[in-house]
Amino acid sequence: MAKTRFAPDRGLTSRMVLVMFLIGLLAVAFIAALVAFVPTQSLPIVLVFAALILGAQFFFSDKIATFAMGAKEVSREQEPALHATVERLCALANMPKPRIAVAETSVPNAFATGRNPNNAVICVTRGLYRSQLSQEELDGVLAHELSHVAHRDVMVITIASFLGILAGIVARMAFWFGLGGDRRDNQDDGVPIQLIIMLFSIATYAISFLLVRALSRYRELAADRAGAQLTGNPLALATALQKITGDMGKIPQQDLRAAEPFNAFYFAPAFSSKESLMAVLATHPSTEKRVEELIKIGHELGQDFGQIGR
Amino acid sequence: MGFLDTLLGRSKPVQPNLDQLFGLPSAAMTLEVNGTFRPTGYGAVCYRKAEGAAFNQVESDVEQLLEGFDGPKVQVSKDKYGYTWLLCQRPQDDMTSLVTDVHAVNSALQDNGFGPYLLCTLVSFRDDRGRKLALIYLYKQGTFYPFAPLAEPQRDNVLELDIKSQLGNDLRLEKDLGRWFPVWGAPGL
Repeated sequence: MAKTRFAPDRGLTSRMVLVMFLIGLLAVAFIAALVAFVPTQSLPIVLVFAALILGAQFFFSDKIATFAMGAKEVSREQEPALHATVERLCALANMPKPRIAVAETSVPNAFATGRNPNNAVICVTRGLYRSQLSQEELDGVLAHELSHVAHRDVMVITIASFLGILAGIVARMAFWFGLGGDRRDNQDDGVPIQLIIMLFSIATYAISFLLVRALSRYRELAADRAGAQLTGNPLALATALQKITGDMGKIPQQDLRAAEPFNAFYFAPAFSSKESLMAVLATHPSTEKRVEELIKIGHELGQDFGQIGR
Repeated sequence: MGFLDTLLGRSKPVQPNLDQLFGLPSAAMTLEVNGTFRPTGYGAVCYRKAEGAAFNQVESDVEQLLEGFDGPKVQVSKDKYGYTWLLCQRPQDDMTSLVTDVHAVNSALQDNGFGPYLLCTLVSFRDDRGRKLALIYLYKQGTFYPFAPLAEPQRDNVLELDIKSQLGNDLRLEKDLGRWFPVWGAPGL
């Protein structure tokens, strides 16, 4: 094995493991509670319903996301330079080349979607392509997206959000249909069981929402790291981030609202990181945090090989 | 990439596979026997320049090393996608030395931990009719593929497939045609 310059970030890994563990734990607790409280005849309906939504998200993620963004797949003839750039990065990373789509919006951004590397689509907006990014910076952005593909982030986030979907469905069904009769606790004055289920589901939904957001932020940092290591130009990615987030603040509000549902898969969130926006609700870490991490990676890259400890 | 690496979101940069390069001299021989393609004596290594002082140091060491020992001419150029090409020239019949030169570049980068930044290596050929051909080595896959440029953006696919059928025994060729990406305007072509 050749020596490597690329040490994994242990802190990041352990935080990610903790969040995934908590999501799993919450899922077990919630499903156990469902089995305990929900009448057996309605339980399968809930599960099938949630599984259907999850399955659809999983299998059609590429089509849903590109369709909703109004992105069109482009051939090599239409965008030769973009194709060549992605091809080279893929050859460098030894991964299959994803399909490439362009969305005709002026917000500079990029996202990756698709359930696995063979079905992946990388979408860039016209704004990104026309913005003032240098070739190195564009490479950095695309390498970040390719890392999302390599890490199967769409799959990870979809599975992680399953619990939220399930809890949401249960809460709604408890509200509308009472989930199979108004069974009460044994005492006459007991609280209606639907109310317990509903409150419990809402709480689960809220907690899982926060956990998935945290997971998403960690996956972003991981993709930044992998992307920077792939191109060898962490600082170019950092300047690209600053240019993109800087420009975004100036874009009118309507455009941003239309773009909002896709934040989880974006390169940078489509709204500027205002102080008022609570950091725990964000899908992406703050630009400052990301730039700081990239500078660290740049420092590791520039080190003399003798100094890299083992 | 393993399950755990996917779960934890840490893809590792891929190390290059350098062994297959030494199949080139016999491939050159086969081309000469089967047709009129002869080496031009040019070979080029393409890599990405990483940030930082360490990489610059390695780069200048490589140039000195190559020009130092028995002196192929070395030219460094940067293409429009930001990749660096290091072009070596040797006498036309000396494919073995050319491969050795190229390999010196590879191992210098790899020994310093920059192996993942190697993109491809190219050796060029030309036939009696002036048709151009390059054999391109993909470091990460460890495979070769032919590239026969006509006027950009057209390539002579018939010739490429013909070359593919000729060289099957000499080189490990890339089976996935989707990875035969063109390198327009590469030095040495």
